[in-house]
Amino acid sequence: MWFYDKKLQYPIKIKNSNPRMAKYIISQYGGPDGELGASVRYLSQRFTMPTEEAKSILNDIGTEELAHLEMVGTMVYQLLKGVPAKELEKLGLGDYFTDHGRAVYPQSAGGTPFSAMALQSKGDPIADLTEDLAAEQKARATYENLIRLCDDPDIIDPLRFLRAREIIHFQRFGEALRIVEDKLSQRQYFISPPNQPEE
Amino acid sequence: MDATQQQMLHELMALDFSIIDMQLYLDTHPNDQRAIMYFNSLVQRASVLRQTYQQKYGPLMVNTTTSSCPWQWIKDPWPWERQ
Repeated sequence: MWFYDKKLQYPIKIKNSNPRMAKYIISQYGGPDGELGASVRYLSQRFTMPTEEAKSILNDIGTEELAHLEMVGTMVYQLLKGVPAKELEKLGLGDYFTDHGRAVYPQSAGGTPFSAMALQSKGDPIADLTEDLAAEQKARATYENLIRLCDDPDIIDPLRFLRAREIIHFQRFGEALRIVEDKLSQRQYFISPPNQPEE
Repeated sequence: MDATQQQMLHELMALDFSIIDMQLYLDTHPNDQRAIMYFNSLVQRASVLRQTYQQKYGPLMVNTTTSSCPWQWIKDPWPWERQ
C-alpha cells in the first residue's frame, strides 16, 4: 500500500533543456541498471525474505527507488521540454521523438525498452541479496558515467545525490546479507522432519 | 511558488530525506537506541512542519489533510514541473 507524497525526494530545477543528456539519463529510468528495475527487483524479492531486517530493507529501499524513478523521469521531462523536433533529431533523438514525442518512456540509452530480463527474483535470500549488491554497484557506475558525460551543474547535482544513495543501499544490503547468513548458519533443530517447511 | 514556500518545502524535503535514511539504517540496526531517539525527533519536527505547510499551501499527502472546495489536490505545480 502506498500514498503519494506530492514532492520530490531531492530538488530538481534544470534551467536549460539538453536532449543529448536526456537520451543518456533515460537509461536510469528504464535501462538495465535503472530505477524501475531496481524498484521491481526489491519489491518482488521482499516477499520471500527470511528475516525482519531483510524484509524491511527490501520493502523500504524498493520504495525509495520509486522516488528515484520519479526524479529521473523529472530530469528527462525537463531536459526535453520545449525542444523543437528538428533540434531533437540533430541531437540523435529523431527515433525517440517518432515513437514517444517528448514523453518519458522506460528504455535504455540505446533504445531497448524496459525488460524484466535485467532482474531476478530467485526465492533464495543469499542469491537475491547478492544480486542486489551488484545492482547497486552497477547503478552507481552508471551515474558516474552520466556525470562524466555532463557539464551542467543543474543536472550533475541530482545525479550526484542519486549516486550517493546507491552507496548507502549497497551498505544496507551488505548488512542484511550478513544478518541472513548468520541466521541460516545457526544450528538447526528439526522437531518436525527436515524438508518440511517450518511455517 | 514564492521563495518562502520554496524554502519551507526544501526544509521538509530535507527532514523527510533524513527520516528515510535513518529508517534504512534502523532496518538493519534495530537495537540502536540513540538512532531511534534521533529518528523520533526527526519525525516530530517533520510532522509539525508538514502540517504548517499543508495548511498554508495545500496538500502534500492526501490522507494527512482535509480539503476546501474546489478539490485542492489537483492544483499545480506537480513535483516534476520546473518551479
